[in-house]
Amino acid sequence: MVTEFGIILLYFILGFLFVGIALVMAALIRPSHPNPIKNSTYECGEIPIGEPWIRFNVRFYVIALVFLLFDVEVVFLLPWAIVFKQLGWFAFIEMIIFVVILLVGLAYVWGKGDLDWEKPKPYIAKLEDLVLGKKKQ
Amino acid sequence: MENVNFLYELFGKNIISVTLIVSLPLVFVLIYALIAILAELKVSAWIQERLGPMRTGPWGILQPIAEVVKLIQKEDITPDKSSKLLYNLAPFVIFTGAYAAFAVIPFSEYFVPSGINLGLFYVFAIGSISALGIVMGGWASNNKYSLMGAMRSVSQLISYEIPAAMAILSVVVLASSMNMQEINHQQTGWFWNWNLFGGPGSWTKIWIIPFTVLLTFIYFISSLAETNRVPFDIPEGESELVAGFHTEYSGMKFAMFFFAEYANMFVVAAILTTIFLGGWNSPFDTFLQGPIWGSFWFVLKAFSVVLVQIWIRWTLPRYRVDQLMYVGWKVLLPLSFVSFLAISFYVMLK
Repeated sequence: MVTEFGIILLYFILGFLFVGIALVMAALIRPSHPNPIKNSTYECGEIPIGEPWIRFNVRFYVIALVFLLFDVEVVFLLPWAIVFKQLGWFAFIEMIIFVVILLVGLAYVWGKGDLDWEKPKPYIAKLEDLVLGKKKQ
Repeated sequence: MENVNFLYELFGKNIISVTLIVSLPLVFVLIYALIAILAELKVSAWIQERLGPMRTGPWGILQPIAEVVKLIQKEDITPDKSSKLLYNLAPFVIFTGAYAAFAVIPFSEYFVPSGINLGLFYVFAIGSISALGIVMGGWASNNKYSLMGAMRSVSQLISYEIPAAMAILSVVVLASSMNMQEINHQQTGWFWNWNLFGGPGSWTKIWIIPFTVLLTFIYFISSLAETNRVPFDIPEGESELVAGFHTEYSGMKFAMFFFAEYANMFVVAAILTTIFLGGWNSPFDTFLQGPIWGSFWFVLKAFSVVLVQIWIRWTLPRYRVDQLMYVGWKVLLPLSFVSFLAISFYVMLK
């Protein structure tokens, strides 16, 4: 009547409906007296300065790229993991080489220090460094 | 593998059995969440030599119900500056993601809602949806604390998803299947047949046991990070970010975040139970092994894992962000790869 994946779809629908029903039920009971101060952004009672939606240093940009590579690797490994015994030693060694290449990449990123949270500070040249004869040691 | 479901056998494949299959786990989650909230309050109290809640009902056992009643009555505040659509959608996404994972959890030999062959892959994929809800809610709140909490949640997820994936992958290699019911059937017998102890096999599997035990711990630690539990609760670290990604949420929407967290705790505990601790199998061969005892063993094992999660919460302090990245990338990831290679080598030799 319903396929196995149909049941999964029903789970999504029921989960969504449950939240909807709970929120509607609460909406019928709870008080609602909004005012500008109550609806302002919460910052421990202070008046917020500036916008939160700005560009800021997310720090883990390179890590996110490495994550993507490893995630794709996992997707490749999953079908292999089920059948590799039937495929024999050739497929096994092939996949080991694939994994090792990625691990070499990880070692490179590690060695470069991109996995560290604290980044080395870039040296920004000041005006007096550029003036001849006044270069600091 | 055929999906054996006692409801299909009881009522036939019709609308009654399908309705029950879809809604029984929801009832279970509701009851479980109340028990888990009480357990959290009581365990924390006992660890700190307090009594915990004592006023509501005998020994305070009605405290979770009182909290739900309180949350229903609370006013729901939507900040003026927030992105309204995403802000309201986030609780839906986070709870739906948590509940959808229940679709493939084998509660007993005769009850798994959906016995798809991709079970483990599905659970793994669906586990990331709740992080999406966290990012959605954190960003849409337009609050500095929430945004930082959401960003931390992303960094945490991408650091711990790979070790968890490698642990799951090693089990797939060991069992040659992603069907959760099939993995459970393989672990039948005494407790040394569990994947924690290298799965079924002759005494030659002894050298693999350290690796499988290691993988169990790697999966457990990663699952703590994915459910934002202490010591990995930096997305909602109270002492620095107020309440992190759900700072702006109140009333029933906050309750949904709370509820989803407890549902997720059970999901990861259930996966750990299924893939490493033998699922619904009795630890002692045929002793108390059967359809009803199966669900008893499953719930007992999963609840024990949840209890350990609570115990850890009240024992360990919170990690710093750089320590969190360090543990994920420089300790768990290499260890999980070594174990994965060792286990695939073992399966090739077998």
